[in-house]
Amino acid sequence: MIPANFDYEAPSSIREAISLLEQYGDDAKILSGGHSLLPMMKLRLASPGCLIDINNITGLDYIKEEEGLVKIGALVRESDVEHSDILKKYFPIFSDVTKLIADPQVRNRATIAGNLAHGDAANDQPAVMLATRANIIITGPDGLRGVPIDEFFLGFYTTAIQQNEILTEIQIPIPPNGTGSAYHKLERKVGDYATVGVAVQLTLDNKGICTGIGIGLTNVNPVPLRAERSESALLGKPVNEATIAEAAKFAAEDCSPSSDLRGSEEYKRAMVGVLLKRMILRAAERAMA
Amino acid sequence: MIRQITITVNGEEHTLQAEPRLLLVHLIREVLNLTGTHIGCDTTSCGACTILMDGKSVKSCTILAVQANGKSITTIEGISTEGQLNPLQEGFKENHGLHCGFCTPGMILRATELLANNPNPTEEEIRWGISGNLCRCTGYNNIVKAIQYASAKMRGEALPSTEPQFV
Repeated sequence: MIPANFDYEAPSSIREAISLLEQYGDDAKILSGGHSLLPMMKLRLASPGCLIDINNITGLDYIKEEEGLVKIGALVRESDVEHSDILKKYFPIFSDVTKLIADPQVRNRATIAGNLAHGDAANDQPAVMLATRANIIITGPDGLRGVPIDEFFLGFYTTAIQQNEILTEIQIPIPPNGTGSAYHKLERKVGDYATVGVAVQLTLDNKGICTGIGIGLTNVNPVPLRAERSESALLGKPVNEATIAEAAKFAAEDCSPSSDLRGSEEYKRAMVGVLLKRMILRAAERAMA
Repeated sequence: MIRQITITVNGEEHTLQAEPRLLLVHLIREVLNLTGTHIGCDTTSCGACTILMDGKSVKSCTILAVQANGKSITTIEGISTEGQLNPLQEGFKENHGLHCGFCTPGMILRATELLANNPNPTEEEIRWGISGNLCRCTGYNNIVKAIQYASAKMRGEALPSTEPQFV
């Protein structure tokens, strides 16, 4: 399969990339890892008139700790996320999630920023960003702006990134001591989209009371979903059988999965509850370790 | 819009003209005539088109040839020296790690990066490591053994038995 014809630009700075976006208008797409975009172009589901390849822009492949945040640059690959010591130290959830994203060769190319910018509720990183309460930094002609993750996903393949802007950095607040996180998805085979995926980040005080909670759900809603009622069911309360059961019940009720080849709506709701229970327990175990 | 690109393939530098939509795998197979890199699914699933780009295993059906500008590529044709099988090729031969052979070049290139990053992987690490490469013949067991054989050989350890195990 061969994509339709397009122009190709390979700028060497973000500024140059943005002026190319303004020049080509709606016809242009940013190419970073390309492992969602190129398959869509080969299948002719997308045929942009111009690809603006940002892979030659240097200095965008950092993962660093600064001002109480972990900052991840636009060209950090999923394989870099998988093996980052900084992320392993604060966020065990990234070891869980990256292992389940596609396969090793795809992770060598695919970027975490592209995974978010694609705006697909079936992708795994959006739920992790919801759980860890990330802030998305977007660069446009007038400079930078930050968008909280809860305001980032607007609809099917639609995000807060405007046509003349580029997602340049992901910022994740470093959580306090006593925090654990976990992700898991049900998948039919390696590399498949999630049937259901659940991300949890949870903070416990020394009496076992939940003082911080983030829960994100994958592929059970038109946009990546924060399980707000489940979070309220745990916040300020002890993490025990009753509160976990209530959180699981709320998540199963509040998501909107569709029946497809991966399972019926009923099955997916049930699995959201099952996985959420397991991820709360795993995150709590890690919080206490 | 034709672009000029320069890429190094198996140590040899080429300067070529390419349309932006030309896929890297088509450049390798049809322009450079290196047909050891296979096209299986053409949808980033099967791994038959796996090559090394600057030492990293990637699926060449999902990379544009113009994106390889300035990069160094290794294909299956470039991994042995002076006609000697390299340890992975020897492992696949000794352990019957292939039947039809279609997945083998991709498996070997993927395993090359796996062993470069992790010279002594566990069986589980090998199985996760080749999870992006599909084989419809072997059932994978002999491929895992082939990679274990190469790992032992590259570390200078005693080679595991290549006799079939009956249980």
